[in-house]
Amino acid sequence: MQEYNFAYLDEQTKRMIRRAILKGLAIPGYQVPFASREMPMPYGWGTGGVQVSAAVLTPDDTMKVIDQGADDTTNAVSIRKFFERTAGVATTTVTGEATVIQTRHRIPEEPLKEGQILVYQVPIPEPMRFLEPRETETRKMHALEEYGLMHVKLYEDISRHGHIATAYAYPVKVEGRYVMDPSPIPKFDNPKLEMAAIQLFGAGREQRIYALPPHTKAVSLDFEDHPFEASKADHPCGLCGAQDSYLDEVIVDDEGGRLFVCSDTDYCTHRQEAAR
Amino acid sequence: MQATALQGGLNDPPRQSAMAFRAIMDAMARPGRIEDLTGAEPPAPLSVAAGTVILTLCDPETPLFLAGAADCQDVRDWVTFHTGAPLVGAGECMFAVGTWGELPSLDAFPFGTSEYPDRSATLIVEMAGLAAAGARLTGPGIASEAGLNLPDIAPFQANARMFPLGLDFLFTHGSQVAALPRSTRVTVAEAV
Repeated sequence: MQEYNFAYLDEQTKRMIRRAILKGLAIPGYQVPFASREMPMPYGWGTGGVQVSAAVLTPDDTMKVIDQGADDTTNAVSIRKFFERTAGVATTTVTGEATVIQTRHRIPEEPLKEGQILVYQVPIPEPMRFLEPRETETRKMHALEEYGLMHVKLYEDISRHGHIATAYAYPVKVEGRYVMDPSPIPKFDNPKLEMAAIQLFGAGREQRIYALPPHTKAVSLDFEDHPFEASKADHPCGLCGAQDSYLDEVIVDDEGGRLFVCSDTDYCTHRQEAAR
Repeated sequence: MQATALQGGLNDPPRQSAMAFRAIMDAMARPGRIEDLTGAEPPAPLSVAAGTVILTLCDPETPLFLAGAADCQDVRDWVTFHTGAPLVGAGECMFAVGTWGELPSLDAFPFGTSEYPDRSATLIVEMAGLAAAGARLTGPGIASEAGLNLPDIAPFQANARMFPLGLDFLFTHGSQVAALPRSTRVTVAEAV
């Protein structure tokens, strides 16, 4: 026999991850420790997301993988191929056809539906890690619901820049209890965190899994006089003309010519096809 | 050990447990939603759904508490052969299975610590039937509100008040499962 076990991981590992996912869903926003395995890719390339995907995939699923919104970048292509080979699942680039979507740092523009699962690759799951490096301390802060430090950080942004300069990995408070790092998605995506799909977050190196069940309240932290604002580049997409999508700025020639294009390649492609 | 203990497992564990986990996860993510769950054929009195939950989630790392009629030689042998889960008392378990009447009061189970609220038991409650009516459920995973015929009200309200600590529940009947995580707020449905 020359096959991988279904979805690569052994059954005992999957059971351990599955138990962590269930506890994560029961305590939205709380980071559940899990015994992350070595995967055939380096840390930082989505080992947490891959392990969560491997634990939730079924033979009937259709999988989509995006990296910063794009289906055709190295990370997305290699993870998609990994699951084609080890789980034999169908793959797609069309957001609406996918049942499991693994993502690095974006939420697709097309609203996700019930029956879909969004799996995030998370580098640093602890929102306060750069403010307090000790795990023992941040764990206590979560236990005591002591999130003053996070507000001080946002306040320092305002005092230094005149506005909250945090543009990605913008912290949210989940159901009025846990402050959570939504992974380094642009803050433009934060309002989309309240959705009909199941959201699972996997951090491989940091060994944490957390989750948002559908329709879970995730409120971006802000101040009354400096309310949260989901910002993006103030341009339409140079390829499809979309005014409402998150844009990447790309250099297109040696003269420094620039173009703003949708970061979500599937969304942009469909709009261009529809316009033809 | 009876030969029956060796039977009733999963024929294709990687794929069957993947399908079973999806049903359990969908139930946990949408409290009150009733999902189909099949795969295992456990000895009486365990239901197909309860047996499938045990085969999908339990292994030598998860102490299991068998309550009441479920604590019989057939079930003990079956669980031990198929999962290797150690059988323990309510105070040390990660999973427990039994009917609502047979399970001890909820404060007998580990409900987590404030720093590790995930270190709490999951109770598999065998039911005489599942219906999307009865107690009114609101909270994460529920768009507006859901209904489920919970066997009681007050203990689940007390459990939800402990959030983020607390127990999580899987209700099983025949080949069906529904869930009630600690995050769900329970109220008595108003009489129509």
